[in-house]
Amino acid sequence: MAKRSSQEINAGSMADIAFLLLIFYLVATTMNVDSGIMRTLPPMADENVEQDNVKVNKRNLMFVSINQFDQLLLNLKEPITLDRIVGDAKEFILNSDNSEELPEFEEKEIDLIGKIKVSKGVISLQNERQTTYEMYVKVQNELTRAFNELREEASVKYFGKNFENLSEEEQEAIRDAIPMRISEAEPKGME
Amino acid sequence: MAVMKKKGNKSAPAIQTSSLPDIIFMLLFFFMVSTTMREITLIVKTQMPEATEISKLEKKSLVSYIYIGVPTNVKAYGDSPRIQLNNDYKSPAEILEYITAEREKLSEADRPQMTVSLKIDRGVRMGIVTEVKTELRRANALKICYVAQKSLGYY
Repeated sequence: MAKRSSQEINAGSMADIAFLLLIFYLVATTMNVDSGIMRTLPPMADENVEQDNVKVNKRNLMFVSINQFDQLLLNLKEPITLDRIVGDAKEFILNSDNSEELPEFEEKEIDLIGKIKVSKGVISLQNERQTTYEMYVKVQNELTRAFNELREEASVKYFGKNFENLSEEEQEAIRDAIPMRISEAEPKGME
Repeated sequence: MAVMKKKGNKSAPAIQTSSLPDIIFMLLFFFMVSTTMREITLIVKTQMPEATEISKLEKKSLVSYIYIGVPTNVKAYGDSPRIQLNNDYKSPAEILEYITAEREKLSEADRPQMTVSLKIDRGVRMGIVTEVKTELRRANALKICYVAQKSLGYY
């Protein structure tokens, strides 16, 4: 009797059960994490409230339009290529030699950095209904790259470190110093 | 030494398998933790565009998905791009309802952080995308993400 009670539970099938569960999880789940270009849409204008039209000064606006053949036009007159956008956008935001044509600055007090001049420039991206999404994302990507490079330069200038190595507060300060103002205007030919 | 030799003469013992379940369980737990449930089956083709300046979507529970692309079953549904929400084709007007339902699922504190992930095929024209964006603005879901694949930066 005593001998019988010491018998072990048969664990031979444990591996099979675990295998079965494992295969179930392999099939039913996914692993990939999505990544993409983050954007914030402008809130819907309230139709009942009177709009106090915020007129953006012409020099503060960089106008990039993509037509139905995926061609780019800068400020409605100058055709440009994709690889030139980064340079143009950076020049537009920096305005290093205080040109009359390029955006004005406003003095701003920013934590950790102090009083600096922040560009008031807005980049407006306009597309047509027939523009392909691929081209649109490419242009968005280039514009994001311009801002990322500017932030990178600013973080080296003010903190002597790369942007990704900065602390949370320092990153926030850099974001305030170089705000990403990209407006996604309503496309032409909506009717 | 003599004793050892005697043992060696015996037939080879079976491989120890008692730790096999433990190993498998370890694998199982790894997969349980690192993966997420596949929630929907895609009924539109989405091949993402490529981009370099992309950031990861942090909290999966705060993300709602909108798919736009050509239906996988072209014979039944035609070859013009359609919007997929959950497991069905929907019109742009139904996005408002979908976003409201998705927002209801989140806790009060998380609602402002809600992000809409737009998984759009690279060949889709902007017309339908703009309609979706307008609906999202109407639904006040303003944080969006254009999902893209990481590319090396050469076009």
